[in-house]
Amino acid sequence: MVHIVTEIFAFDFMRHAFIAGTIAAILAGIVGYFVVIRHLAFAGHALGHIGFAGATGAVLFGVTPIIGQLFLTVLAAFGMGFLGERISKSDIAIGVMLAFSLGLGTLFLHFYTAYAGQATAILFGDLLGVSDQAIKLIIILTLLSLFALSFIARPLLFTSLEPELAEAKGISLQLIAICNLMIIAVAVTIASQVVGVLLVFTLLIGPAAIAQQWTSQFWPGLWVSIIVAILTVWLGIVCAWFSDWPISFWISAIIFVLYLLSRLKIQIIGLKFLPINRS
Amino acid sequence: MQNPINLQQLIPSLTFEHVTLSFNHKTIVENFNAQINAGEFIGIFGPNGSGKTTLLRAILGLLSPAQGKIVVFKNPTQRGNSAIGYMPQSRSQIPPDNFSGIAMVSVAMHGYRLGIPYISAKQKKRIDEVIELVGAKEFAHRPFVQLSGGEKQRLLLAQVMLDNPQILLLDEPLANLDPNSQENLIAIIQQIQQQFHATILFTAHDVNPLLGVMNRVLYMANGNAKLGTVNEVITSEQLTKLYGVPIDVIQLQHRIFVLSHERGEIDHGTHCH
Repeated sequence: MVHIVTEIFAFDFMRHAFIAGTIAAILAGIVGYFVVIRHLAFAGHALGHIGFAGATGAVLFGVTPIIGQLFLTVLAAFGMGFLGERISKSDIAIGVMLAFSLGLGTLFLHFYTAYAGQATAILFGDLLGVSDQAIKLIIILTLLSLFALSFIARPLLFTSLEPELAEAKGISLQLIAICNLMIIAVAVTIASQVVGVLLVFTLLIGPAAIAQQWTSQFWPGLWVSIIVAILTVWLGIVCAWFSDWPISFWISAIIFVLYLLSRLKIQIIGLKFLPINRS
Repeated sequence: MQNPINLQQLIPSLTFEHVTLSFNHKTIVENFNAQINAGEFIGIFGPNGSGKTTLLRAILGLLSPAQGKIVVFKNPTQRGNSAIGYMPQSRSQIPPDNFSGIAMVSVAMHGYRLGIPYISAKQKKRIDEVIELVGAKEFAHRPFVQLSGGEKQRLLLAQVMLDNPQILLLDEPLANLDPNSQENLIAIIQQIQQQFHATILFTAHDVNPLLGVMNRVLYMANGNAKLGTVNEVITSEQLTKLYGVPIDVIQLQHRIFVLSHERGEIDHGTHCH
C-alpha cells in the first residue's frame, strides 16, 4: 500500500492531479448539494456546456481556456438567475441554450484548427495536465466561492426548501438565486478541469444525490456529499493509474455504481432508519 | 360555543384603512375599512379568485395596496415583519426524499439570517419546543414526504411558530385534509391562539369546521369584503349583497350551507384549487 502511494506521488503530474481533484471534489460536493435540493441539475449541466463555448472561444482569442470558460459560465449564471425560476428550471429554455453553446464551441474549434487535442481536454477533462498556475487559480476560485457561499448558505437553504415562506420573511429570492447560480458556475468550471464539461454532471450531482439517499438532515447530507466526492476522485485517479483508462470514465463509473447501490439498497431492504438517518 | 375573547382589552393588531387592493387588474377590495383585534380568530371565506391569498400577501407587505394602508400593531405593513407568521397554501418545492420533518422545521429557523445554517443549542431547543407545541414529536424524525397531510401541516405550523409570531396568516391549512385531521389541526391552532393571545387569520372553503372557534368572519366576493360575526355576515341577505347574485344560507343542526340559485352549493366541501 505504502509502496503504491509513494509510486503514484513520485510524479509531479500525479501530485497536481490529486491536489486539483481533491479541491474540485470538495467544492462540487458542497455546491452540488444545493444544486440537488434546488432541483437545478439541468441548469448545472447547461453551465458546463456553456463553459465549452467559453473555453474554445478563449483558445481562439489566445486566452487560457479556463478564463474564457469562467467568464461565460458566470455571465450565463447571472442571466439565468436574473430571468428567474421559469428559465433556470425550464427544460426547454435550458436545452436550447445548452445546444447552442455546444454549437458555438464547435464553430470556435472550426476556426482554430491548430490544436485538436484541446477540444478533448475541455470536453472530457485533463486532470493529468493541470499546471501549477491552474492549481493556484483553482484554489483561489474555490476559496472565493466557499467564502461567498458561507454568507448566503442559510437563506439559500431556506429559499431552496421554503421559497414562499422565505419571501414572506423578506428574503429576495432573485438575489439568492443569482448568487447561487454564480457560485454553481464557478464550481462547474473547476469540476470540469477534472472530468471535463461533458461529465461535470457526475461530480456535481452524483455525490450529493448519493448523500441524500443516506441522510435525513442538512449537515450529515453535506458531509457525506463531500466525502463521497473526495473518495470518488481519489479512487478514480488510482484506478486510472493502474488501468490507463481515462480518469473521467472511472469517476463517472464509480458514481454510477454508488448511486445504483444506494437506491437499490434503500428500496430492497427498506433501510430507511439507518443510524445516520436519525438526527 | 364561541371562542371567549376578553372584550375589556381590545388591542388592534391589524387595521385596514381605506384599503383598495387589486391583483392582475382585478379589484379584490375597494375602500375597505376594518379592525382586527389581538387574540381574535378570523375565518376568511370566499370563492376561488376572490382574493383571500392576495389579501394575506398584502398583509405580509409582498403587495402594496393601490390606496389606503394596512397597519400591523401601529406600524404600516413591512416585508419580513417577524410579528407575522405565514403558512402558504401551496409550495413550489418538493423536499428531498429522506429529509426529515425536523430538518424541514430547522431550515426555517432564522433562515433569513446570513451565514451558514448552523443550529445553536438555543435554536435547537426552540425547534424542539415548536415541534412539541404542535404535537409532532412522534413523527418529526420521519421523512417529510412520507407523512400524512395532517402531519405535514402540523410541522409546517411548527415552522411558522419558530419566531413566536403575534399574527398568524394561515392560507387554506385544511385543504386536502380528512375531517379528523382538520379537527386536530384546528384544535392546535386554537390552543396557539389562546396560549399566546395570537391573532389568527385563517382562510378556508367551508365555514362549518371553524364555527366553534371563530370570533368573526371576513367574507370576500366580487371585489367586496365584509367583516363581522357569523350571524351578521353569513346570512342570505349579506351574501346576496356580496356576490351580487341571489344566495341562500341554510342552517341545519349547527351546520351552515351556502347555496347559490344558479350553481347549487358553493362552499361546503369543494376544495378545488
